[in-house]
Amino acid sequence: MSNQTSFWEKISRIDRRWIFLTIAITVSVPMILGVDFAAVPSPMVEDIFHRIEQLPAGSRVLLSYDYGPSTVPENQPMADALAYHLLKRGCKVYMMAVWATGERQATVTMERVVIPSFPKAVYGDDYIDLGYKAGNTGLMNLLFTNFKRMYTTDRTGKDIESFPMMQQIESLRSFNMIFSISSGQPGLKEWVQFVGDRGKIPTSGGVTAVQATELYPYYPRQMFGLMAGLQGAAEFESMVIEKYPEYAPMRTALRKMAPQTVAHIAIIVLVVLGNIAYFTTRKRGK
Amino acid sequence: MPSMKKMVPLFITFISGAMLILALFVPAPPFPGLEEEFSIWFDLIAVFSFLLGGGNLLRVHLKKVARQERDWMFSLVTVLGFMLMLFLGLFKIGANDWSANYLASGTAFKWMYDAVFVPLQATIFSLLAFFVASAAFRAFRAKTREATILLIAAFIILIGRTPIGVMMTSWLPKSLEFFHIPNLSGWILSVPNMAGQRAVMIGIALGIISTSLKMILGIERSWLGGNDK
Amino acid sequence: MTLMDQVALWVGAALTLMIFSFLYRDNPFYKFAEHLFVGVSAAYWMVTGFWSTLIPNGIGKVWPSLIASVNPQAAATEPNYYFIIPIILGLMMLTRLFGGIGWISRWPMALIIGFSAGTNLTRYLQSDFLAQVHATSVPLIVMANGSFMVVDSFSNFVLVFGVIAALIYFFFSIEHKGAIAGISRGGIWILMITFGAAFGYTVMARISLLIGRFEFLKTWFQSIV
Repeated sequence: MSNQTSFWEKISRIDRRWIFLTIAITVSVPMILGVDFAAVPSPMVEDIFHRIEQLPAGSRVLLSYDYGPSTVPENQPMADALAYHLLKRGCKVYMMAVWATGERQATVTMERVVIPSFPKAVYGDDYIDLGYKAGNTGLMNLLFTNFKRMYTTDRTGKDIESFPMMQQIESLRSFNMIFSISSGQPGLKEWVQFVGDRGKIPTSGGVTAVQATELYPYYPRQMFGLMAGLQGAAEFESMVIEKYPEYAPMRTALRKMAPQTVAHIAIIVLVVLGNIAYFTTRKRGK
Repeated sequence: MPSMKKMVPLFITFISGAMLILALFVPAPPFPGLEEEFSIWFDLIAVFSFLLGGGNLLRVHLKKVARQERDWMFSLVTVLGFMLMLFLGLFKIGANDWSANYLASGTAFKWMYDAVFVPLQATIFSLLAFFVASAAFRAFRAKTREATILLIAAFIILIGRTPIGVMMTSWLPKSLEFFHIPNLSGWILSVPNMAGQRAVMIGIALGIISTSLKMILGIERSWLGGNDK
Repeated sequence: MTLMDQVALWVGAALTLMIFSFLYRDNPFYKFAEHLFVGVSAAYWMVTGFWSTLIPNGIGKVWPSLIASVNPQAAATEPNYYFIIPIILGLMMLTRLFGGIGWISRWPMALIIGFSAGTNLTRYLQSDFLAQVHATSVPLIVMANGSFMVVDSFSNFVLVFGVIAALIYFFFSIEHKGAIAGISRGGIWILMITFGAAFGYTVMARISLLIGRFEFLKTWFQSIV
């Protein structure tokens, strides 16, 4: 008994670096083995997919990149799959960023997905990269009434009026749908508050798992769907792949689900071990 | 000049804040137009806050270097990193001409962004994975009924939001499908979690509404700073 | 992969490992990387703000000819001197850097505060208060095709009473005794489930970011072997 207790005492006082090592191993081993998991879509992700499927060709859809390198593993697969799905449906995709770091992420989507998969799509006619503008919610407020006062050029500096797809845009009300891929403030929450609710414009998007729970109250009335974290991205990828199998090689979220799952189990085991150690050593102390 | 230092700012806050509220209730000229103008001003002033942030950072770290305070060499790293990145970006080093985008392929600024900024920001944030695991192991104890509820909810989400949740309980008969872990985690998220989050949201909204009103009316003026003479 | 891409990969990997070295213990490599990040990121924001907004939407509006080499199309437009107002306000903001005249920055700050307060008041009132109260007004007895829906009715019951109970728990103006204490206890349980869900999701997010970094290191490692 005393041996057993001393074992748990050791566990409860374990150097945290062993825990770090455990996490590193549980993440890296499944990644090296290259295990691939499927993801079963949840209703909130299904809603996004089906709403895009129902959009008539030529619909104007805004895709805002409101994140940076720190959350790329969660957010980039969402943005990439959305851009792919929208272009596949013949929508006009307007990329912009409320985050300074989002500007580069939009070019990543262009390089990874848009240019290789849609060689016939014309820049400025089918899709456009508007880049970043400062102002956060002030920017949203302005775009709501007048889009082109801030966006006088596209990201590369060309006059905004020189692009055919910008002719129909006056304000955010000119868009049929708005997506924000976000990891903080301003992000999807502010798009709902300052734009979606105000102009009754269908709004949705994807957020990091940290942000996800606080957005649930907006669903389904104020926000028609939500991709929550890596799992949300993987679910959307799996739906896109099911309908358009050629997207499969571009999937990135689904590939990460194996290490993600193993790490979750490791954390549950750690919490259980921590509790056993705590209660065993406490009983002994009494 | 107490009025310049205190009364004018309070007046500006009142006018701009009140105007925006009026714009909601009176969607007729001049309010919508004024809202648009204030938004533009706001966006442009926001850019200066970036300049202010950079200037402040430089001031703090240069002071440390000049006084050779503890770890001043690292402050020098901050200053040099800042100056280099600023130089490469403002002068569009590597671009074909001035009309090129500052983040265009081939620019030194883009290279620095991809090679230095991206790995640093991403890795600093990823460190949290280790700390959250260690904190969970040390602090997450089922000591009370409330803590146990929290723990169980967390476990169901952790399993339910991964493919393993689907595998674990897929054998359940149709009559018990509510207890299928993905369904259970979905229910937790969209019912009790939504209820809790909604209560928090309503609470925060009431707090923001009352604070905003106090600011517009000049009752809350702590943003003027302690020395408001 | 070009030589510069190769160098970027190596620099990125070295910086990644420097940050990870903190997990063993604090050390000069970590401190170097951390301080480099602070400097580089502040400059990134400055440059982005300068080229994306200040030049086209500020300077370019007042003195189009000044940005002729940056944007030849904009240079042909008429100057709009009105934009000098926000630029002056922005410059006033920078007086914070100089102790004695720092109070001047209160004017643009006042506009920022007034604007934020005005927009937040209306947006939070509509989206986070009125819309939430409206969305919580759901039937407690759900019927479909003439039959009673047990799960849906139970869910709506938990939702409605969960929101009310949690709000009562937050409400400190009344003493939590008797029935109020019971309801507020229910509120605590609802909030515990909420925090549990948030914790689960937080773990999920942090792990995802780590996977991203390990994938990067894997790419770097594969480029060597």
